[in-house]
Amino acid sequence: MTDFLGIYFPEFFYVLCGLVCFLTAYRARQNESAKVGTILFWTLTGIIFMFGKVLPSAAVGGMLVVMGCLTVTKQVKIGKFVESTPEFRQASSEKIGTKIFLPAIAVGLIALALSFVKYNVVKDGVATPTALNGAIMTGVACLIAFVLALAICKPKLSDTKEDTSRLLMQVGAACLLPQLLGALGSVFAEAGVGEVISGMISSVVPRGNIVIGVIIYVFGMVIFTMIMGNAFAAFTVITAGIGVPFVISQGGNPAIIGVLGMTAGYCGTLMTPMAANFNIVPCAVLETKDPKWAVIKAQLPMALMMIVVHIILMLVLGF
Amino acid sequence: MEYIKLIGILIIVLGFALKLDVLAVVLVAGIVTGLVAGLDFVHILEIIGQSFVNNRLMSIFLIMFPVIAIIERYGMKERAAYLIGKIKNASAGKVLSIWMVIRSIASALNIRIGGHVQFIRPLILPMTWAAAEASKGSRLSEKEEEKVRGLSAATENFGNFFAQNCFPASASVVLVQSGLAVAGYDVTLSDIASSAIYVMIISIVLTVIQVLLFDKKVKGGKES
Repeated sequence: MTDFLGIYFPEFFYVLCGLVCFLTAYRARQNESAKVGTILFWTLTGIIFMFGKVLPSAAVGGMLVVMGCLTVTKQVKIGKFVESTPEFRQASSEKIGTKIFLPAIAVGLIALALSFVKYNVVKDGVATPTALNGAIMTGVACLIAFVLALAICKPKLSDTKEDTSRLLMQVGAACLLPQLLGALGSVFAEAGVGEVISGMISSVVPRGNIVIGVIIYVFGMVIFTMIMGNAFAAFTVITAGIGVPFVISQGGNPAIIGVLGMTAGYCGTLMTPMAANFNIVPCAVLETKDPKWAVIKAQLPMALMMIVVHIILMLVLGF
Repeated sequence: MEYIKLIGILIIVLGFALKLDVLAVVLVAGIVTGLVAGLDFVHILEIIGQSFVNNRLMSIFLIMFPVIAIIERYGMKERAAYLIGKIKNASAGKVLSIWMVIRSIASALNIRIGGHVQFIRPLILPMTWAAAEASKGSRLSEKEEEKVRGLSAATENFGNFFAQNCFPASASVVLVQSGLAVAGYDVTLSDIASSAIYVMIISIVLTVIQVLLFDKKVKGGKES
């Protein structure tokens, strides 16, 4: 028996993702500026989601290059939308009450519950318990939440379509960043970038000392995140170059070390003006006297303590 | 010359630091790294394309957008604001502690309650401010004002960052999984997410300590 749940069923949810992109591409025809580029960008995104599994990989790579050309030349833009009025939202929140949280909470709880479900995959007569594919977890949870939202709010379909396109255009190309960084990680792996970094570090610090390994991994994540302003990008580079050779391959638990490596990076995010939307924009939003450092100053003690916490947790839980 | 392979990292660092278009920066970094490592251009496109498709899970939240669209239009944020506003006898530290717990749980369940623009400015900051003045018994000094603003913004970031990995399908958890898979370690999403709980709990405790210390300072009326 083929593993239907693991291979084919997830595609159903990626098709739905593709539809959301197509909806946005269709809405982009009302854009006042960058109409063609925006339509093309979201159409390509939709195609990759929907047909990614059957398209030749090189074609997907080529489409991504086209998309990169569109964003770098500023041909992808947000259209004009009429948002719901505060009065409408206030009135309906009073009418619907606390039930409004049900769909949102349902997504979290159902996805969480499904993450514990295991089913048997039979291969060569041997049954192995397998966790559900992540797309199924989130996908099923979202569909149930969607039905709940429809039942509770009874929205107009046209409003929902408008709001969905607006949300996606606002997030924009940034929503593809984690995926693209994952792809960059694969190129780095093939090119052997991790070996070069670990070779460099090996010449300075001895491999095999777990405490030193953990410390340089945590600080590597913090410093690279501070420079780049983005922990995801730092994770791709530093985990391959330091985390794996100096910590995980020394006997560390990969799940624990990996996730702690990521949040160690977040400690860096708390301390860098490079992460502008978390640290600089709020200064403007909250009108602080110091327009650049007020939020970072408030975050500094926490960030430093959490760095120490990460080193200790990695050593205690990871080994 | 092995070190030339690190050029991709340099491109990423410079590109992100100079705020260039992120999509283009990452693509250029990948292509240039592949080329200097002697990979064929079409093969590089293949690696990028295949990995991008395999990582579609990181963007699965796209199917959540219609749900968000509906509940935001029908007043989810307004309702949350109303419920938080009902907290009685608050001090600044209490308001921020309660917000930290709510924000962390929302983040761990991938619920969109939060944001400096949506929640901190209209709701949490005014409440924290009013509570701090009430417990001090007079107006705040300029330094205290600045601290209230800074702490309100910081609490939002703490809750958002340190709890988000508890959600098994969050983009960061999937990125951790794929990063480990590239290195040859297969772990499940729920393994990664359940390892994230320690950090969430510790961050809540440390935040509560930090904001309660601020309470004490304000009540003592001493200039910080």
